[in-house]
Amino acid sequence: MLEIKDLHASVEGKEILKGLNLNVKAGEIHAIMGPNGAGKSTLASIVAGKEEYEVTKGNILLDNEDIEELAAEERAHKGVFLSFQYPVEIPGVTVTNFMKTAINETRKAQGLEEMPAKDMLKKIREKSELLEIDRKFLSRSLNEGFSGGEKKRNEIFQMAMMEPKLAILDETDSGLDIDALRIVANGVNKLKSNDNAIVVITHYQRLLEYIVPDFVHVLYDGKIVKSGTKELALELEEKGYDWIKEEINA
Amino acid sequence: MELKEKLVSSFLAFENTVDVDAAVHDIRSQAIKIFEEKGFPTKKEEAWKYTSLNTVLKHDYSIFPKEENALEFKDIKKYFIHDLDTYKIVFIDGKYSSHLSETTHDKIDVCLMSSALSHDKYKSVIDTYFNKIAKQDGLTSLNTAFSKEGAYIFIPKNKLADKPIQIIHFSTGKESAQMLQPRNLIVAEENSQVQIVERHQSLNDNPVLTNSVTEIFVDKNAIVDYYKIQNDHQNASLIDNTYIEQQANSIASVHTFAFGGNITRNNLNFYQKGEGIDSILNGVTIIEGKQHVDHNTLVHHTEPNCESHQDYKGIFDEKATGVFNGKIIVNKEAQKTNAFQSNNNILLSDKATINSKPQLEIFADDVKCSHGCTIGQLDDNALFYMKSRGIAEKEAKALLMYAFANNVLESVKIPQLKTRINKLIANKLGVNIGFDL
Repeated sequence: MLEIKDLHASVEGKEILKGLNLNVKAGEIHAIMGPNGAGKSTLASIVAGKEEYEVTKGNILLDNEDIEELAAEERAHKGVFLSFQYPVEIPGVTVTNFMKTAINETRKAQGLEEMPAKDMLKKIREKSELLEIDRKFLSRSLNEGFSGGEKKRNEIFQMAMMEPKLAILDETDSGLDIDALRIVANGVNKLKSNDNAIVVITHYQRLLEYIVPDFVHVLYDGKIVKSGTKELALELEEKGYDWIKEEINA
Repeated sequence: MELKEKLVSSFLAFENTVDVDAAVHDIRSQAIKIFEEKGFPTKKEEAWKYTSLNTVLKHDYSIFPKEENALEFKDIKKYFIHDLDTYKIVFIDGKYSSHLSETTHDKIDVCLMSSALSHDKYKSVIDTYFNKIAKQDGLTSLNTAFSKEGAYIFIPKNKLADKPIQIIHFSTGKESAQMLQPRNLIVAEENSQVQIVERHQSLNDNPVLTNSVTEIFVDKNAIVDYYKIQNDHQNASLIDNTYIEQQANSIASVHTFAFGGNITRNNLNFYQKGEGIDSILNGVTIIEGKQHVDHNTLVHHTEPNCESHQDYKGIFDEKATGVFNGKIIVNKEAQKTNAFQSNNNILLSDKATINSKPQLEIFADDVKCSHGCTIGQLDDNALFYMKSRGIAEKEAKALLMYAFANNVLESVKIPQLKTRINKLIANKLGVNIGFDL
């Protein structure tokens, strides 16, 4: 589904990704771990289409189609979703209005009619229940005054609404207490199917106890330097990243 | 001939069309002298530093409508809030259109200035209120000198206008250039209520200059909500002079939606004359091209325990220029005044300009007064966030701009009007998304 080949990318002249390869198939969950500054969030932003990053070499393929030239919204229309590490506060736009606009603009781009108001309401109700989100919350301005946990839960609510093919969860666990983490993970697991794929970017192993990955990759200095199964995450939790750095530098 | 000379020398001809023995005519004669002396304002005056009328004054305007022009409702329906039952006072090229209007004398008076000025029945109201708070500056005096037609609204004590009132001025563009000078008088007596929507609309690109004066008297405990829709053709310029006097415990609000026209100047003046008054001045300006909108506001607090709230949002694209000059005066006696003013602006282009100037003159020592001004751009992170959810750039920008202006729109009390303004904004921003979901 997602194939990243020899990806080099820089921002303001500084190279951040230095030849990254990743292959994610439908039905799989991949975790990307790594120390701070390794390029994890850059990778997430580049796949989602943030323009500040310049891809200098390599390809990003979604279902064998090169998406590198597509604008962020066009990637979203093709089923790419990014759960933001730091969701942006947008005063004056309610959660509900934002989701209605997002879904209908996506449907328009896909040549579909707008979703009937009744179906939209039903969907909003279902998905907010899945994430245990209070109704009142939905009529508040997007992310404005939300706690860290509320913001993350709201991201996964948006994921549930958008039903993406490829979801990238960037540090979704940060700022969550254990109950919220369980709710969010439960939501993600319910959304998982054989037709979609999830890339979980995280610093800690904690989230992976709830969202169990098929593969774990270590991103260090702009490259995937080690890949394995979920046991690798446990090893990283226990031993930290220094041994990987030593292995690389040796 | 320069416009000023032309106007002054036309006064004799104008006198042939009105009753020169009426008391009002002394006021007119006085006013033409003031205009002759003061003329049009220039950029040398502090209050006009950022707005020049030079390009607007150079046209050879016809000053009096030559003939009666008719319009079919179906052709201009879109300029009305037609899904709402309202009274209507409609003018075409400065002449009253009975065909398009819906007036009343049932409990309240919603009718014409020309009849109020000429019938004895209205004499005491005219004597009490006409030209009592209008400034004696050049432009207002010019309007006073030629005052003859406009809207006359009188809401007696304890009465509620049973539906909103629309005042619409059309110019057909049949004249190559036309000057209009409507004069409105609105009196809301003690404990009464009224909502008014005003619009100036030209129907083609021929130059139009409107110099409008509206006096509004809001008596004790009365509530007046006034909405101005300014979304005119690119060659239509508007100088809108509004004077509001409020008595104790009254609430008056003016919303100004400035989306179009050539040069628009809003002189909005609130005079508070009692305790417990609330004055609300809200505005949304969205302009582009070479459009120019200047909001010049004054709130004068004279008595204790009053409030004023000003909230003006501006979005400027291309070479558009905006001006906000907000003056608040708090007299020594006006203790416990709460006066707030905020002016927030977004510049979408390097060539767009906003000049924002708060002026606070506070002579009382126990007051809360604040003013704030921001000038910024759309937030790139917010744009990326929205785009990543499938909302295209143009729509994402529009949604952010709408959100920016949202708190002003939220305060519009007539739902159908709010929907209409949302649509005007969507059209203005070139998007087809429902903002108000």
